Amino acid sequence: MLVEQDWSAIWLTLKLASTVTVLLLLLGTPLAWWLANTHSRLRGTVSALVSMPLVLPPTVLGFYLLLLMGPNGPLGKLTQWLGLGLLPFTFWGLVVASTFYSLPFVVQPIQNAIEAIGVRPREVAATLRASPWDTFWSVVVPLARPGFLTAAILGFAHTVGEFGVVLMIGGNIPGITRVVSVQIYDHVEALEYAQAHWLSGGMVLFSFIVLLALYTLNPDTRRARS
Amino acid sequence: MSGRDQRRGADEAQRNPGVAEVLPESGVSPASGLRLRVQHGFPGFRLDVDLSLPGKGITVLFGHSGSGKTTLLRCVAGLERARESHIALNGECWQKGRDFAPTWRRAIGYVFQEASLFPHLDVRGNLAFGMKRATGRVNEDEIRVMADRFGIAHLLARKPEGLSGGERQRVAIARALLTRPQLLLMDEPLSALDNARKQEILPYLERLHDELEIPVLYVTHQVEEAARLADHIVLMEQGRVLATGPAAEVLTRLDLQGSFSDEMGSVLDARVVERDEHYSLSRIAFAGGSLLVGGATRAIGSKVRARVLARDVSLATVQPGPSSILNAVPATVLEIRDDGVDKVNVRLAIGEAGSAEGAMLVSRITRRSRDLLALEVGQAVHAQVKSVALLT
Repeated sequence: MLVEQDWSAIWLTLKLASTVTVLLLLLGTPLAWWLANTHSRLRGTVSALVSMPLVLPPTVLGFYLLLLMGPNGPLGKLTQWLGLGLLPFTFWGLVVASTFYSLPFVVQPIQNAIEAIGVRPREVAATLRASPWDTFWSVVVPLARPGFLTAAILGFAHTVGEFGVVLMIGGNIPGITRVVSVQIYDHVEALEYAQAHWLSGGMVLFSFIVLLALYTLNPDTRRARS
Repeated sequence: MSGRDQRRGADEAQRNPGVAEVLPESGVSPASGLRLRVQHGFPGFRLDVDLSLPGKGITVLFGHSGSGKTTLLRCVAGLERARESHIALNGECWQKGRDFAPTWRRAIGYVFQEASLFPHLDVRGNLAFGMKRATGRVNEDEIRVMADRFGIAHLLARKPEGLSGGERQRVAIARALLTRPQLLLMDEPLSALDNARKQEILPYLERLHDELEIPVLYVTHQVEEAARLADHIVLMEQGRVLATGPAAEVLTRLDLQGSFSDEMGSVLDARVVERDEHYSLSRIAFAGGSLLVGGATRAIGSKVRARVLARDVSLATVQPGPSSILNAVPATVLEIRDDGVDKVNVRLAIGEAGSAEGAMLVSRITRRSRDLLALEVGQAVHAQVKSVALLT
């Protein structure tokens, strides 16, 4: 059965994934909005950057984030100047790294949903006296809801499933950075296969349930993403 | 005084001396009415118009696709930001130089070409959407009255996806009117509908015509819609105004025959003066004469608009003998214009010889007939009218 350290890892994982999902929706939505609407020449560059985590090995991403957040990196200098200390090997370091890592999983569904809605409903809302902010909440969000739901679920699930970035940025500190995937690694290293089974089986079940929910509760997913 | 009389009044005031100018003229900004000076362009297209339009009645922006009429409408709405423009309604400026009021701050109603209802709201929600934002509250009574007026009261709880195209467009018009606009903009509201649905909506538009106190800009490329609804016509071609003026005048201008081609014809604003229930006919009278039309359903004294296509008017130089054609009216030739192939168009003033005050007719005859009759301007003729369509 699960030992106390396992429960601690599960709790930490859920806390991390929830925090990251909220942050991703807050950051990803304006980014997706911009990508869906801009005619800027930077659009291609930004799209490519957002999608990089899809193709890069997590270790590469983790390596550069580590340098960025380290004592000599610009982000590290900033956090030190702000009195926050250094982010690597802390919970918030994991949050920052995971946010980068899962960004495409959130930005793309939202961007696709906004593009699928098109400009017409927004024009209609404007002719009915709705300000752009009002239009966003009263027209865009309800119409893009399947996209937002997909984004949130994918962002959450992807954060739960990460391993390489966590090891690079967070290391393996019980209760602070030791998430479920790392805990499983530890069990296997220690040849505690029974423990590894409980956690791994749990992850398999969790992933399946999440994806099942995504595809059954959200029949519009395909339309919103295409 | 009825709506149409008032509108005609506005048209008179608007009319330039003689016929409308071929090119737009610059004018001073009137305190009432719609002032539009728009210069806008994108690669391959340039819009350049300068118009002062009446503060009341339906102004039809007419032209082929690509003539810039929809772009102009979008500029008026602020959906398109013209590079150079001055747009003002009843003295209130919406755009001048760099000052630009965004769409949602303009007191307009806009009806789009295709159904544009919000799919996540039911019909009531759609109707309330603009009203809430424009007036600050949702007045259920007003919604009900408007829904009754457009025959959509039984649909209030339905989602747009369950409605027919005609029903959706009626909801869209009602939704726009519930914002109490100062100006109603309609971008080919019937073009996405089949003929049966069009006929279902046109009566509502005609009622708008009679009841609305605000000006309407109505974009279409259908001559029939223009003939039916317009008080005033702005004819556009390649981003420019080719002609503007009262509908009856613009539609009978022979120099514009290319724009109307086979649908060249005249509109007659008339009044029912006789009803013959035995033969199911009515006589309608207008300046200079009267015509018999099919049907005896309208009350005597009611106002109607009739349309006579140029190809349905034939000419004779002597009083025609007994004929199956019921309508033959004396008229005077005002203008003859060759179409360059086999036909000529002849513009006529209805009435006894020498009078040029009567309502206008256009007759489309062969060049050969013109030569046989030796037609010339000023000549007295008899116009035989094969068919008259009552539009309202």
